[in-house]
Amino acid sequence: MLKRISALILAGATALTMTGCGSSDSGDSSVGSSGGGAKDGKIVMGFAQVGAESGWRTANTKDIQETAKEAGVDLKFSDAQQKQENQIKAIRSYIQQKVDVIAFSPVVESGWDTVLKEVQNAKIPVILTDRAVDSQDTSLYKTFLGSDFIEEGKKAGQWLVDQYKDSKDDVNIVQLEGTTGSAPANDRKSGFEEIVKADPKFHIIASQSGDFTRAKGKEVMEAFLKSNPDIDVLWAHNDDMGLGAIEAIEGAGKVPGKDIKIITADATHDGMQALADGKINFIVECNPLMGKQLMDLAKKVVNGEQVPQRVVTEETTFTQEQAKEVLPSRKY
Amino acid sequence: MNRILKHRLFWPVVVLVALLLLNLVFTDGFFRIQMKEGHLYGSLIDIFRFGAPLILVATGMTLVIATSGIDLSVGSVVAIAGALACMQISDLSDQNSVTGVLSAVGIALVLSVVLGLWNGFLVAGIGIQPIIATLILMVAGRGLAQLITDGQITTVQSSSYKLIGGGYWLTLPFGIIIVAVVLALTAFLTRRLALGLLIESVGGNAEASRLAGISARGVLIMVYAFCGLCAGIAGLMISSNVSSADGNNAGLWIELDAILAVVIGGTPLSGGRFSLSGTVLGALIIQTLTTTIYSIGVPPETTLLFKALVVTIVCLIQSPAFRSKVFHRRRRPVAASAAPEEKVRVSA
Repeated sequence: MLKRISALILAGATALTMTGCGSSDSGDSSVGSSGGGAKDGKIVMGFAQVGAESGWRTANTKDIQETAKEAGVDLKFSDAQQKQENQIKAIRSYIQQKVDVIAFSPVVESGWDTVLKEVQNAKIPVILTDRAVDSQDTSLYKTFLGSDFIEEGKKAGQWLVDQYKDSKDDVNIVQLEGTTGSAPANDRKSGFEEIVKADPKFHIIASQSGDFTRAKGKEVMEAFLKSNPDIDVLWAHNDDMGLGAIEAIEGAGKVPGKDIKIITADATHDGMQALADGKINFIVECNPLMGKQLMDLAKKVVNGEQVPQRVVTEETTFTQEQAKEVLPSRKY
Repeated sequence: MNRILKHRLFWPVVVLVALLLLNLVFTDGFFRIQMKEGHLYGSLIDIFRFGAPLILVATGMTLVIATSGIDLSVGSVVAIAGALACMQISDLSDQNSVTGVLSAVGIALVLSVVLGLWNGFLVAGIGIQPIIATLILMVAGRGLAQLITDGQITTVQSSSYKLIGGGYWLTLPFGIIIVAVVLALTAFLTRRLALGLLIESVGGNAEASRLAGISARGVLIMVYAFCGLCAGIAGLMISSNVSSADGNNAGLWIELDAILAVVIGGTPLSGGRFSLSGTVLGALIIQTLTTTIYSIGVPPETTLLFKALVVTIVCLIQSPAFRSKVFHRRRRPVAASAAPEEKVRVSA
């Protein structure tokens, strides 16, 4: 019985890998045609995306695909489903397909040296988007295009300082951190604290991780509300935790945005809606629409022009009034 | 005194009390329960509210573990149930309509049972080891949940749906009422009727129970279906609490917390017997620990370490072998008073 099952599973697995080969074959054949396209001056870009884990990421993917079409770039897109090995596989296949430029958002920071060396040997330039790698050898990639999370934290802190510049009273702040150890959580925290700590009237009285999720944001905020009766400001590292916290604040009989001022980061659709509704006071944008900048960089890199090692995505901030204005035309 | 000490729930209770005492010392007003907006409000209520989904999942898990099985897929079922219900509700023209919400909830629960039946079929029908059989759905189910929600967080604006996990009824959080009903039903079915005995006998020796005339296969399939149903209800609670479905994160790692709750409650992973009250205690200990961490402000970087320490201590003092090794040379009453002291010291 067991033997038969394992045989079945094995057969299934082979069938799967075979379809896998089949699909990559078709990918290869399309490269043949696009190789022809490259002769007409069309740039072929291989892009290895992290996955589709959030609305932010989907907007990022869509924007890159759309701007590639507009810019006349032939885009080879792969979704790594949040696994590094998938991404490495995708990059290796791009090397074989001899694309002109490879762009990718590394799933994790470490472990890229080997595959990036292979890319370098194949003389294909690399652009990192959104997330960095921790490799010592910066010659492995041309440039890193992405948000500056420290700057985002600073913007949030600066808005708060400006809001309270005329007041002498103490301001009690609670902080909902992102997933412990992740770059946006670390950097948004340190950027914010750097600005706020300059003035002794600001006190960060509690700070816990809400894992970037609504459910955890709500749960942690409930606990904050009970153990700290006087909370003036909430700084949440993303919109979702802020949205969860809003529910907790309402459940405690307080008015979010008035009794407790709320600052978040990201500017997702739901977050912007809450901002327009007056439940959030300020949102620092973390812009997923980096396609245009990416295509410009890709063209420069392929033409052998110099590009800066670090390019920060164009990002802004939103107040409640601005949110009402831009909300109808937001892409994500 | 000796009888109390020997009771199998003695040590879990000690741990829970120790955690609560820790809060009494470190958190102001932890035990204060107020009326706010027409419902009860306080940290203790929070522990029940946020612990409710875990209690449910752990209840289903208890019965599965009693058959010497395990269900790793509950986290995925949580995500799928929430995702499906929210998608259905977001398609409604009037999201507050009670019938619409009820049908969405019904469909989600039916699918949860079907997923449970699938697990049961793999385990009992085909004979795959439970840990592997349910691993399939654990991995695939998360993908399914993301497929349903299109990888996005689906937000709904439905006050009727909100009731399940975030609402109140007769001043009590509605989730607690659901948990109480499910627990009462489960206790009745397994302890007043012969079902519990059948489950335990299948866990003890499936082949022997089959030869004794028990439909071991039927019992197994039913237990997995029940576990799926519990996870489904928990999924509805979690998603309704924040009025949104998050295919990626809803119920992530809840299977591990549930297994831990079952083990703390004194149900052995080898199966053959189980304790529902122990499981509830175990789940409450885990949730109290989580709330304690937030309230007393353990830095996020050390949260996991803190949790691990407490859990290790809980498991150690619960182990008779460990207790007899460490404390037996002394007289027993000394051992009893020494244990809680040690706990407080480490936790502080």
